Amino acid sequence: MTSTTAPLVEQFRFGLAAPICLTWELTYACNLSCVHCLSSSGRRDPGELSTAECKRVIDELERMQVFYVNIGGGEPTVRPDFWELVDYATAHHVGVKFSTNGLRITTEVAAKLAGSDYIDVQISLDGATAEVNDAVRGRGSFNMAMRAMQNLAAAGFAGFKISVVMTRHNVSQLDAFKAIADSFGAQLRITRLRPSGRGADVWDELHPTAGQQRELYDWLVAHGENVLTGDSFFHLAGYGQELPGLNMCGAGRVVCLIDPVGDVYACPFAIHDAFLAGNVRGQGGFAEVWRNSELFADLRRPQSGGACTSCSAFDACQGGCMAAKFFTGLPLDGPDPECVRGFGEAALAAANAGAAPRPAGDHSHRVGPRPGQPSRARQPVPVSIGSRPGHPPVSAGLVAAPASMAAAGPGADRRSVPDRACDQSPLAGFTPSAGLDPPTALTQQAGR
Amino acid sequence: MQATPAETGAFDLDAAWRLHPQVSVRPERFGALLYHFGTRRLSFLKSPALLTVVKSLDTQPTARAACAEAGIGAAELPAYAGALATLAASQMICGRTAA
Repeated sequence: MTSTTAPLVEQFRFGLAAPICLTWELTYACNLSCVHCLSSSGRRDPGELSTAECKRVIDELERMQVFYVNIGGGEPTVRPDFWELVDYATAHHVGVKFSTNGLRITTEVAAKLAGSDYIDVQISLDGATAEVNDAVRGRGSFNMAMRAMQNLAAAGFAGFKISVVMTRHNVSQLDAFKAIADSFGAQLRITRLRPSGRGADVWDELHPTAGQQRELYDWLVAHGENVLTGDSFFHLAGYGQELPGLNMCGAGRVVCLIDPVGDVYACPFAIHDAFLAGNVRGQGGFAEVWRNSELFADLRRPQSGGACTSCSAFDACQGGCMAAKFFTGLPLDGPDPECVRGFGEAALAAANAGAAPRPAGDHSHRVGPRPGQPSRARQPVPVSIGSRPGHPPVSAGLVAAPASMAAAGPGADRRSVPDRACDQSPLAGFTPSAGLDPPTALTQQAGR
Repeated sequence: MQATPAETGAFDLDAAWRLHPQVSVRPERFGALLYHFGTRRLSFLKSPALLTVVKSLDTQPTARAACAEAGIGAAELPAYAGALATLAASQMICGRTAA
């Protein structure tokens, strides 16, 4: 036993035997029509995986030792077989964390959920007040979510998650969200608004301003240890300090998405043919897609930083979020649209907004496209990911090894804890367990 | 559970240990992922040899024997004891008499 292994983040770039953080959207059906829905949900897709097909996927996840899945939608609880599938998963050693708007979290359901170690619940809330929340999620949705949380708390379900997408209208409510979470004994989880799904239509109006991004960063520096973020905000590391959480893009490496019809995408924010790796109905099922798809192989090779490589912040932010760039029409090897150095704004100004690729499916309740928005357009888009011959493998050294590495024994890595990989409902979070690792440890801890 | 040894870095190498029954182990290129279904926490074993040690705890009379079986030399033993202490503190492994 000699080799000193690279920091885990470096290991993660090459992909894992199975995802840590797998998001599975069970249905596109939803009782709400949130304006920023990343999967453009609303109506059920007739090609949705059947109960039997879902169980086959679960069997496969058990064999691959995917310890838990993050189930979302749509509103997953509207599937008539939802509880059957949850029970099946937990009976097969696949833990479930599901995201819900609270619709079906009655006192009876809350009591059942509180009794299982294998189930975790995440309630979506995008405003700390009904006014702010309902403007995005629809009238009555705030009260529905609060009622669900009251039921969970009353049933003794400790530590459920409250999941907030950060927008221009709720960054100022961060303390209020934290207070709500604390009042229920819940944990706050915040994620980044992506221009994915219907989010593409509202991103310009809703994404946080540059000033708010700084406010958010400062808040996370002060409070981040107890707040889950997934890999949402690694682009903010460009301000100077790495935030708690996974400071890398996990797409296709530690994270992926299975959509309601079985399509496997690199991440929950990238529902587009350019990021489609395969389908679980194909020969070899999900495992084949995860292990052998060309797209994922490409994502696991060193990536080109392109125009960002010479920026002093690149080691920290790595150019930001692939999906955010893609759906705002920016090149994947350039700055994030919310680049903290301001390069994104310049790039957006130079890009032809009308040429930005549209998200793939649209299951929205509304019929007909929004004015000026061809909602079903599937234009071919040139996409390049991965390195080209002659490009140096830029990922080497992207993340500085923590100081403790130098003195550490084989493979110890205390600080750059990829504590919380991924996002949407995903790996939603590892929480770091403070103070556990002595500098010589060969292990690294994380909770979810 | 025995949380105190980890704080001091001490670990009873001469006791009998086992993987916690609620923990699953998934081998990875860099070592392994451990997941505890009770605490919902992940741990990363960052060396394949440590994985060998952890997997053999159940069948070896002591943790020291498990390390020896895995070819861990005296110089490396303290690092491995530290890693095992961390795993014990987070309930990934437990004393064989405990549940």
